[in-house]
Amino acid sequence: MSQDTLFDKVWDLHKVSSLPGGSDQIFIGLHLIHEVTSPQAFGGLKDKNLKVKFPSRTVATVDHIVPTDNQSRPFKDNLAEQMIGTLEKNCLQHKIRFFNIGSGNQGIVHVVAPELGLTQPGMTIACGDSHTSTHGAFGSIAFGIGTSQVRDVLATQTIAMNKLKVRQIWCENKLSHGVFAKDLVLNIINELGVKAGVGFAYEFAGPAINALSMEERMTICNMSIEGGARCGYVNPDEKTFSYIKNKLCAPKNENWDEALLWWNSLKSDANSIYDDVIKFDASKVEPTVTWGITPGQSVGINQQIPLLEELSPNDQFIAEEAYEYMGFKPGQSIKNTPVDVCFIGSCTNGRISDLRVAANVLKDKKVSKNIKAFVVPGSEKVAIAAKKEGLDKIFKDSGFQWREPGCSMCLAMNSDKLIGNQVSASSSNRNFKGRQGSPSGRTLLMSPAMVAAAAINGKVSDVREFIN
Amino acid sequence: MKSEFNPPIGKISQINGKCISLIGNDIDTDRIIPARFLKCIDFDSLGKSVFEDDRKTLKGSHPFDLKENQDSSILIVNSNFGCGSSREHAPQALLRWGIRAIIGESFAEIFYSNCIAIGIPCFTLTKKSIQNIQEYNISKNLFLEIDLKNSSAISEDLNFNLDIKESTKKMFLSGEWDATATLLENSSLVDRKFKELPYIKFS
Ligand code: SF4
Repeated sequence: MSQDTLFDKVWDLHKVSSLPGGSDQIFIGLHLIHEVTSPQAFGGLKDKNLKVKFPSRTVATVDHIVPTDNQSRPFKDNLAEQMIGTLEKNCLQHKIRFFNIGSGNQGIVHVVAPELGLTQPGMTIACGDSHTSTHGAFGSIAFGIGTSQVRDVLATQTIAMNKLKVRQIWCENKLSHGVFAKDLVLNIINELGVKAGVGFAYEFAGPAINALSMEERMTICNMSIEGGARCGYVNPDEKTFSYIKNKLCAPKNENWDEALLWWNSLKSDANSIYDDVIKFDASKVEPTVTWGITPGQSVGINQQIPLLEELSPNDQFIAEEAYEYMGFKPGQSIKNTPVDVCFIGSCTNGRISDLRVAANVLKDKKVSKNIKAFVVPGSEKVAIAAKKEGLDKIFKDSGFQWREPGCSMCLAMNSDKLIGNQVSASSSNRNFKGRQGSPSGRTLLMSPAMVAAAAINGKVSDVREFIN
Repeated sequence: MKSEFNPPIGKISQINGKCISLIGNDIDTDRIIPARFLKCIDFDSLGKSVFEDDRKTLKGSHPFDLKENQDSSILIVNSNFGCGSSREHAPQALLRWGIRAIIGESFAEIFYSNCIAIGIPCFTLTKKSIQNIQEYNISKNLFLEIDLKNSSAISEDLNFNLDIKESTKKMFLSGEWDATATLLENSSLVDRKFKELPYIKFS
């Protein structure tokens, strides 16, 4: 059993009681809600005649269903309008802070909370969304919950949960030029498998992680869940603190000093005990692309799609399904695979640094003809910053469409969808069958820089040929 | 799919029903309920849309469309079932279709805890046993009586043990799976925690 890790410390701090069934009752410091998983939870409160216990500990935004072209109200899509309307009503009725469209602070919930300074070290954070693991980049313990648990957090500010085990993923050396956090996490998931993390929190540590910016750390923690781990985190450091400083909801003045003092004490002890430790060499990672229907099915840009016999028996079944669905032959190169749609956005890679990297690749270049390429900033703040730097112009000049913030084609609950069996080069996090809106649509996951390169060439390409 | 919906309530100790096998590893929640069906403000209409895209692709031969499975309530799956998104819509869709228990090699974590939260016990068995049951179920309709207390299942000619975490089992037997009431009991402890936490006043 793990001991003295950051996870243990934060868990113990937030433990309210041991429940008779054997699980722990855990206090949730920050509760984030959005329009998709909260309406039934508020409905549940009403059914049970309950109130929101601490309205100040819940914050809302709207992201999954928002159109990214025309955002004027009422939305064209009645169901989407009904969902945002329900969220507005619930927030108003229960006095919950809501960052709505046009507030300057709306966006994908996992992009918004960090950039508002809501996400802080040492907290427990829960949201009805599996990518809540993102917030662990700040040294918080953050995990996705289901709608019934959203109801429980609203009503009691706690949930019942079994303590997780802790696996440290120690990343040696550093990423080489043209290789990004997305590539690293895809490689980790490929090596460990998509379910290795079940029952675990992942602590990402080591020189390669320390060298990453906060936004890159968010990309890594974001995808913990794709490796099965409900929660992923990085011990907080100076970069963490300076990212938070001066943000809208960050502690100010004496509070800042007090916060800093506490945050500095928050990390895994040098001799803490882990349930498992795995070492990883970041310098060996190449730009990486998924070829299959799980985020674990990936290869380096210069590698071939694996042959069945190269895979472990456990992975063969899903590999066969993937070859067929994706239309790939085993042993085929991933490089030069033609693509139809290029999507830059999502809570994995829709932040300002992601847009900067992609724009850098696209500068003075054109998107290949017949490619639909679009960029969806992760939040209104990202969009504003990008415009200030002229990134929107670079994207538009290259042939990318510039859209309004939201989740968009990460899961295609709005009108941005693949059609038929189109292939998309996507900076998002899931390549599941049908994920991007067409039941036969095909998704290749990669870094935003690689999506930009694919857009220029009209096919999967090595971004290192575009950057010096 | 059953026409009438009665959600599970209170103590759960016995589940009897016909088995439906769904073969495949890593079946994610996007497949269980595609994202377009998440555009709703209640769960009521999800049952009929469960596995919609997979079912369309298989044109009537998907297990959830086969006539003999229509009144089944125990789902038999393989490994890492329910991976992907946290959408409770996935187990809700299964529940509303008529599923009351799931037996599989392994489950994704959030899916598993969502199942507990809405009253669907998930049991595990070895890969081999699952395959045996799935094969058996194809040739012969399997009706199981699951006894949660003894973690056992019996049918006309099978009799085996099921694995389930002791803590989860307790939750079902005591009714504590429906967590809100239990959590509410400790309200004063929660208030104390709220005052104690170092960051509440500055965040
Ligand atoms: S961007 Fe994608 S993964 Fe992230 S919260 Fe939105 S839908 Fe979920």
